[in-house]
This record gives sequence, C-alpha cells and structure tokens, in this order.
Amino acid sequence: MAVQSSAPAQSAPVLSMRMRNFLIAASLTLFSLLLLTAFLSPFSYMAATSFKDNDQITDPTSPLWPGRPAVYVHKGETVTYDFAYKEKADSVTLNPGDEFDLHSVPDENGNLRSWALVVKRRGVSFFIDPGNPGAGLIEWEGEWRTLQPAYQLSLRWENFVKAWNDLKFLRVLRNTLIIAIGGDIGTLLSCTLVAYGFSRFRFPGKDVFLVILISSIILPGFVTLIPTYALFQRLGWVGTYAPLIIPHFFANAYNVFLLRQYFLTIPKEMDEAAMIDGASPFRTLLSVILPQSIPVVVAVAVFHFIWAWNDYFGPLIYLSTKPELQPLSVAIQYYNQQYVRQLFMVQATAMLGLVVPVVIFFIAQRAFMRGVVVTGVEK
Amino acid sequence: MSMFGELTSILQRRRRGPRERLTGLARTEARWGLLFLSPWMIGFLVFYLLPMGAALVFSFTNLNLVHPEETIFIGLENYRHLFNDPQVGKSLSITVRFLLIATPIGVAWPLILAVLLNSKSLWGKQLLRTLYFLPSIVPIVSVAYIWNGFLNTQTGWLNKFLEAVGLPGPEWLNSTIWIYPALILIGLWGVGDSMLRTLAGMQSVPTELYEAARVDGAGPLSSFWNITIPMISPMVFYNMLLLIIGLFQYFVLAWIIGGPNSNPAESTLFYNVYLYKNAFSYSNMGYAATLGWVLFFLVMAVTIVLFGTQRYWVYYAGEDGR
Repeated sequence: MAVQSSAPAQSAPVLSMRMRNFLIAASLTLFSLLLLTAFLSPFSYMAATSFKDNDQITDPTSPLWPGRPAVYVHKGETVTYDFAYKEKADSVTLNPGDEFDLHSVPDENGNLRSWALVVKRRGVSFFIDPGNPGAGLIEWEGEWRTLQPAYQLSLRWENFVKAWNDLKFLRVLRNTLIIAIGGDIGTLLSCTLVAYGFSRFRFPGKDVFLVILISSIILPGFVTLIPTYALFQRLGWVGTYAPLIIPHFFANAYNVFLLRQYFLTIPKEMDEAAMIDGASPFRTLLSVILPQSIPVVVAVAVFHFIWAWNDYFGPLIYLSTKPELQPLSVAIQYYNQQYVRQLFMVQATAMLGLVVPVVIFFIAQRAFMRGVVVTGVEK
Repeated sequence: MSMFGELTSILQRRRRGPRERLTGLARTEARWGLLFLSPWMIGFLVFYLLPMGAALVFSFTNLNLVHPEETIFIGLENYRHLFNDPQVGKSLSITVRFLLIATPIGVAWPLILAVLLNSKSLWGKQLLRTLYFLPSIVPIVSVAYIWNGFLNTQTGWLNKFLEAVGLPGPEWLNSTIWIYPALILIGLWGVGDSMLRTLAGMQSVPTELYEAARVDGAGPLSSFWNITIPMISPMVFYNMLLLIIGLFQYFVLAWIIGGPNSNPAESTLFYNVYLYKNAFSYSNMGYAATLGWVLFFLVMAVTIVLFGTQRYWVYYAGEDGR
C-alpha cells in the first residue's frame, strides 16, 4: 500500500510541472501572437484597403476585407415561380441574367445559409438556394432587412495598375535604384577603408579620431543642412543625384564602427602572414580581410540600400524641382497629396513603396538583424 | 563594445606617458593608417566641420538663396529675432513636450518586447522576432500613409475597433490634442533596432549570474531587476540617446501628416518643420542657420547631461570598481 500510494504522489508534481510549463508557453505564445496581430494590423488595413473601391471603404456594413455583395445570377431559361403572400397568389419571373443579392439566412435548423433574395415582402421573403436553384422558392419568415448581406472576395487589381502608371513606377524605380546603388558603392568603398585603418594600424591620435567619429552621430543633421545645401547649390549639384550619392563616398560612423568591430575579430596573424609575404596593406585588405567579412559587408550593403530607399528628406530638398529624377519616396508623397480622397490609391502606392525593402529584408534578415545589434551591444 | 561604451572607456582611460618618437617602421604604419582614414577625415571636414563653422557665420547674415548677392552681416539680429519670434517658442515647446512623453514610451516599449521575445518558454521565437521587427524597415513615407488611413476617424480600423468594444473613437490626426498620441503610436513601429539591441544584450548576460542569484534565493523579478537591468543598461542608454537625438530632429512624419500648414491648427509645427520652412519656403537661410545652431546647443547640452548621468545607472562590464 505504501508503495502504491507514494508513486502517484511523486509523479503528480512532475506531471503538473510539465503541464504548467506547457500552459505557460502556450499562453505566452498566444499573447505574443495577439499582440503581433494588433501591432501589424495597419499592414492588414493597407493590404485590404489597397484592393477596395470607394464604396467598399465608406459603406459601414461592408467587411474589413475587400468584398462586395455577392449575387446570384439566374441562368438557363426564363422561369416563373408562384407564391402566396398574405394569402394572395402572386408570382415572380426570373429571366436569364437577372441578379439577386445573397444574404446569410438561418434555415429551419438554425444553420446560416447563403441564399439569393428573390422576393422582398414585409414579414416574409422568398429565397433561392444558389446551390440548388431547381428546388424553387424557399419561404422565410422575418424581415429581410435584418439579414446580413453575404459578401464575396473582390480584389481590385486595377488600383495597382493605376498606381503603377500614375507614379510612372519604372522611371521612379530606376531613379531609386540609381541613388541606392550609387550610395551603396560609396559606402562600401569608404567605410571598408576607414574601418580597416581603425582596426589594423597604430598611429598617434587614433583614439581621438575614434571619439570624433562616434561623436559625429550625435550631431543633428539640421545644423549642417543650410551650409551643405548652399555648397551643393554653388557646385551646381542641386537638381542632380550628386548630393544624394557623393557624400556616401566619405564614410559614416555607424557602418565604419560595424565593420571595425567585425575586422577586430579576425586574427591579426593572418594579415601579418600576408604582409610578410610582401602583400601591401591594400592587397591584405582585399585578399585576407574582405573574404572573411562577407556577412558584415552584406549587412552594410543592405543597411545602406534600405536607408537610401527610405530616405525622403534628401530627395525632397535636392530634387524638388526635378520630377523626372525623383525616387519613390518623394513621388509617392507628391502623388498622394492630390489623392487623399481616394484612400485605396493612397494605400496602393504605400504598398508599392514598401515591397522591395520588405523582400530584401526577408532575404537578408539574418545578416541584417545581426548587424543592427553590433553598434550598440557590449562584446 | 558598443559605440558609447567604447567612447566612455576611451574618455576614462589614463593618459600615457610622454609621446615617444616613432621609429621608421611605426612611421610607415602610421602613414598607412592615416591614409585609410582619409576618406572619413575629408568627409568630416567637408560635411561636418566646415558646415558647422559656415552655419555659425550664416547666422550673423541675412543670407537668402534667391538673392545671395544681397547678403550682408546683420550682427546678432537673427538671434534677437529668434528670442522674440513666437513661432520659435511654440515649435520648441511642441518638440520638447512631445519628446518628454515619447521618450519614456520609446524606451519602455522595445524593452517590453525584448523581455517578451527573450522569455524561455515561447514558441517560434525567431519568426516572432522577425515579424516584430518588420515595421521598422517600412519606408517612412509608406508608414505615414498607412497610419494616416488606419487612424482615419470614419473609415480607419482603429476607431472601428474602438467602436466595436464600445469606446468613443478619438479624432486622432484631426485633433490638436490626439495628434500627439497618434504620432507616438506611429513611432512604436520604429523601435525594431532598439528591440534587437536590448534582446542581444539580454542574451549576452552570462547564465552563471542567474544561477548564482537563484542559489542565493532570488526570485525571477529580483534577478531581472538586479541582473538583467544593469547588464542591459548600456543598450538602454544607447537607445535612449539615439531616440532623444532623433526626437529633437523630428520632421518627416510631421511634415507628411501635417502638411505644409502643420495641420491641425499648427499642432505639428515641430522645431525642424519651422526650420525647414524658413530655409526652403521663406528662403530665409540666415535665420534657418541660426535656428540650426540653437538646436545644436540644445542637443549638445542634453547629450552632455545624459552622459553625466551614466555613472548613476549605466553599468559597463569590465570597468574597475563598478
């Protein structure tokens, strides 16, 4: 008896412990998913709205997803159905091509059915079951106005065609790519060189330079804005891509720091061996350091690309007079200033604006998310 | 080490003895090092140092890019105007008040997300992290229009939802009061970087610390407060500083959502919106440069104060006596 009673006493806490852990994990995951749904619901709003038309957006009874009232179209021959309303005989004629709105109607078992409303009367209505039209009229007692109309998915792809054409998407895409890729080349070239200098060479004042480099991220860009703009205007660069590309050939603190941190983890013996073999520092950078730094180089390239894609302020001030050179960010804003009333067009253009960065992010997410961490984390 | 951790440790390092003369080999190495640094040095000179100086000079002139030939020195006129300009007081007060509300939220929200996504018993962590990060890479113009629609008082989903649960829907972007909570709500989409840094900080805490604390009888809350918080304090500091600097330069969302008239009723006239208008709408570059320099002073002052507070709450591992 003693053995028998002690066994459940021992296993019960183990089982309940496992059960408890399972419940904690399940509820925590559920909570995270609910929070995520709320957090990302503006995306769902955008996606749904971009496929709608004005009626679907403004009609308060229409569903959140892009749907329109579902209809049943009568096919085949003309049919006449007889029915009685308030004990008077009446009839309805269905011609081929006639359309009737579908409603969600509770049948005698209480199940909701999608039936086409053919005869509307006070207190009683007559429906046809689209799944079985030959069965004739179905009588339903109640006010048809209280029924929920049935909706069917209806995606207006025309919105995207229109957005594509109105934005002159291909031209705008080309402009965006020129700015992003041009800047990317500059960033990669300059930041790699500077990071290599910071991570591999001893020279007087290195600490001071590093302090200045890091401090430069504190400096508000608006302080240098006016003289920089004046300089670019003097150089005749306003209204060209130059102000959006050339400055990136002179390195920036975040990416230099990111690359430097990575370079520091590569054993110094490797480049010393190359140096002893007579390789110049440039050669060492190219053949020893860079081949081992692919992930961080990818991260920097993706960072800059997405940053440049998102940049709105630069193109706003330097390309405001040149619509034919404008990238996506400014083009979308100019377009939507005129289309605020057409909410579906606003959302369709917003969607076109984010597709490329989102796709690139999903492809390169590992390198990207690791790269974010480096500039702000110990070790 | 993090950028600011590096900065702090360099600044705290003891000065070395008298400078030694470099030998031939060391001189070659130094020359190479400086050569590699030169792109940044030129860039720093041309895009930071000279513009800073030029902005100071501009602030004493009536520079106007439409008629640059009429530029003359006007002494402290711009500064005098600045102190009497009601729009400056207004825009500065909008910016600072917004900053004071947005900063605690912008620090807490990524911290909460990081705690949630770091918890041991959570399924699909990697996917959840990616999805919670996703809004941060959406272009700011798309963000502005997505939320503009989402917060629409008639057709937006947020008010539809609030209505469904029986709450009155605020006027959001049409209200001079609700516009700020709306902008903060939009800002919650941009915390992905902070979240990831905090998360990485939490993962870098040695597990022995938690085990030792458990042996000493510390509960989960106590070890969170006494181990996790100090260990991630450098990331929180970094996030907070970048957030505050960013909020001082708040522009794009205010400009797109509020439009050139800073709707509703000039409630989105943030400091930089006013600066931008002076520069590019009124073409009053001298005054805009003055506004820029005042901003620089404010940001520097706040940064120095924040760095000063580090010693009370930021823990850098590996420092002696801390």
